[in-house]
Amino acid sequence: MCVWLIAVEECIDVEEMNGKAMSLAAKHPGRIGFDIEVFEQFLSGRREADWITAARRDAFEKYTQLLAQELPAEEFKRLDLRPFNAELFRPVSDSGELEAVSALLGETSDYGGRIVHQDGHAVEVSGSDQLAEKGILFGELQAMLEQHRELLEPFFMRRAVSPDADRFSAWHAAFWTGGTLLYVPRNVEVELPLHSLITSTRNGVADFSHTLIIVDEGARATLLEETASADADSAGLHVGCVELIVERDAQLRYVQLQNWNQKTWHFAHQAGVVENNGTLQWTVVGLGSRVSHIHQDINLAGRASSAEVNGVTFTSDRQKLSYYTQQHHQQQGTRSDLLYREVLRDESRVIWRGMIKVDIPAQQTDGYQRSDALMLSEEARCDSIPGLEIEADDVRCTHGSTTGRVDQDQILYCMSRGITRNEAMHMIVEGFFQEVYDRIPIPVVRDTLSQTVQKKLGIETLAADVMSADDEEF
Amino acid sequence: MSSVLKISDLHVSVGETPILKGVNIEIRQGEVHALMGPNGSGKSTLAYALAGHPNYTVTRGTIEVDGKDITEHAPDERARLGMFLAFQYPVVIPGVKVADFLRHSVTNVRNPDRREGEGLIGMREFRKELRSRMTELGMDHEFARRYLNDGFSGGEKKRMEILQLAMLQPRFAILDETDSGLDSDAVRVVSEGLARLSGPEMGVLIITHHERLLEFNAPQFTHVMLGGRIVETGDAALAHDLHANGYATVRARHPEAAADEATAKEVVA
Repeated sequence: MCVWLIAVEECIDVEEMNGKAMSLAAKHPGRIGFDIEVFEQFLSGRREADWITAARRDAFEKYTQLLAQELPAEEFKRLDLRPFNAELFRPVSDSGELEAVSALLGETSDYGGRIVHQDGHAVEVSGSDQLAEKGILFGELQAMLEQHRELLEPFFMRRAVSPDADRFSAWHAAFWTGGTLLYVPRNVEVELPLHSLITSTRNGVADFSHTLIIVDEGARATLLEETASADADSAGLHVGCVELIVERDAQLRYVQLQNWNQKTWHFAHQAGVVENNGTLQWTVVGLGSRVSHIHQDINLAGRASSAEVNGVTFTSDRQKLSYYTQQHHQQQGTRSDLLYREVLRDESRVIWRGMIKVDIPAQQTDGYQRSDALMLSEEARCDSIPGLEIEADDVRCTHGSTTGRVDQDQILYCMSRGITRNEAMHMIVEGFFQEVYDRIPIPVVRDTLSQTVQKKLGIETLAADVMSADDEEF
Repeated sequence: MSSVLKISDLHVSVGETPILKGVNIEIRQGEVHALMGPNGSGKSTLAYALAGHPNYTVTRGTIEVDGKDITEHAPDERARLGMFLAFQYPVVIPGVKVADFLRHSVTNVRNPDRREGEGLIGMREFRKELRSRMTELGMDHEFARRYLNDGFSGGEKKRMEILQLAMLQPRFAILDETDSGLDSDAVRVVSEGLARLSGPEMGVLIITHHERLLEFNAPQFTHVMLGGRIVETGDAALAHDLHANGYATVRARHPEAAADEATAKEVVA
């Protein structure tokens, strides 16, 4: 009971305290963002095309304006940014010494190409030559933008994420350091999944990686992306941006596995645009970070376009992850299906606010969203806020959310069959995520998630046996 | 030497409410016992207490297996000692496949010293065994891939309990109204299944309102529970008599327990 009261108090306080943080920020503006000095110093370390620098300057101007404004009260009333201090983080002009960061999605040889970024700079690109033979562009974003300006400029921060969405998108637009670019030309299929790994290795690094994927008409691709820290103790800041453009009749499967360490602040705008008959399957996995605040927008911009969104989050300790999802149906006959599953341990907290928005022309729309949270401790807390904004009159939109604790009857039932309490907890948590795994058709992702979840639960070796990943299926 | 499950002077409370008030039953491997009694007499409480349900507190008395006191044992330790409860209301475990659940369960029960994380029994032999048990119970093999009890009909859930019983081969099986809520075909399948499974190696306690289960599994002992106590013990004929004539005569013979029963009902109401 006591715990609950404290939690409520905190919720009420945060808004006010963010306000106080603002007044504090007026005295110490460097705490909440980067000033012109940081920007000029950043620019002096860049070697890039003039048009890119010019775009940065525009973005920085917007950023400065947005930074002077208060944060939207409703959006930040549950998220306490007081402890955030931007002065502790700076972008760096090089990748530093190469460090091997072990990726969860592994060193599998099943990838058609791989790109690795360290502290905001690409350190490895493989597979791009073979892909280029089919006209596919896969590689480091800045180099690609400079080499293929005519093709790519119309996409970069124009179709999916706008620099002036809020202070974080503007911050990103001014300071982005590099990132992953994938362009798949018309009717080309990228057969093997591609892997993008973004790592942070040094204390105090501000990482502004960007991911831009364009799947042109009738094309198909799968990209698995992963973010990770080299160690558990280096504090990090990541202000990211993901843009997924799925053109007419195209198909994209995109997985993002966020596994920053628990000293990392993670802000991001992630948006997908799907044109006529295009399909986007987007899986978000949130395991790491100290605080995350993610905007995930799915824009169904073309007729009969569809999107399936899967979310798996597993938080522990004092982590706070906040997801603002929006399924925006803009045209007729569009379909979206979002399922988030959250497991919370310790004193962690997850905020999910999901919106289905249906515009007037978007008749015969089918929109679905659901978030289910499973709490493993009394101190964990989850806020699920589903919402609908519907302007068309012939639609089917369904939403819902559940929040619960592990059912003691389930534990007893398992135990009465000789399974220990610990094993029962593992099974139940694994089973809770299973419904999302069932929607993910990529075995390496399913297996990785399953093993990672087991690891976070505490008994590594169980990963192999519970779901019989060690040998053939039943 | 055949094993013995010995329940002595068992008192069990749920919260502050005493339900069982001194139950004594002794079950040997190979014996079939029927436990009958009106609703609210404490039958399911006994079943849960034997399984080690944390909400059912033993306030006095003991449960012993071969002289070993298991009253304080956790439910999984009891299972590893060969105890099994077929639940009246089997629990749904979403996302956990029957095969994975059972493979884990069978491994633990057959290797009572297994520690968490140690290997499971081989998939090949397990699959073969599970399939043949399913065939015997007339179950579609596809059930092994389904999530445990998720979307199962009442009959399918009960059959799943019997399948688990078949795989775990307990020394002592307690069946809590395994026949309730089933149509007569399903009762027959479950009854026949149990009859095939029980034998000299298994002691069975059947909690039931119906006679069908007992037709296929004739009890050597019938216990009648009233007001949280075993008031009478007889043979199969007693079970038959209770079916035919109800509990009025039992209540008349045991006014004290009947009075307790009435008080308990008031508390519940």
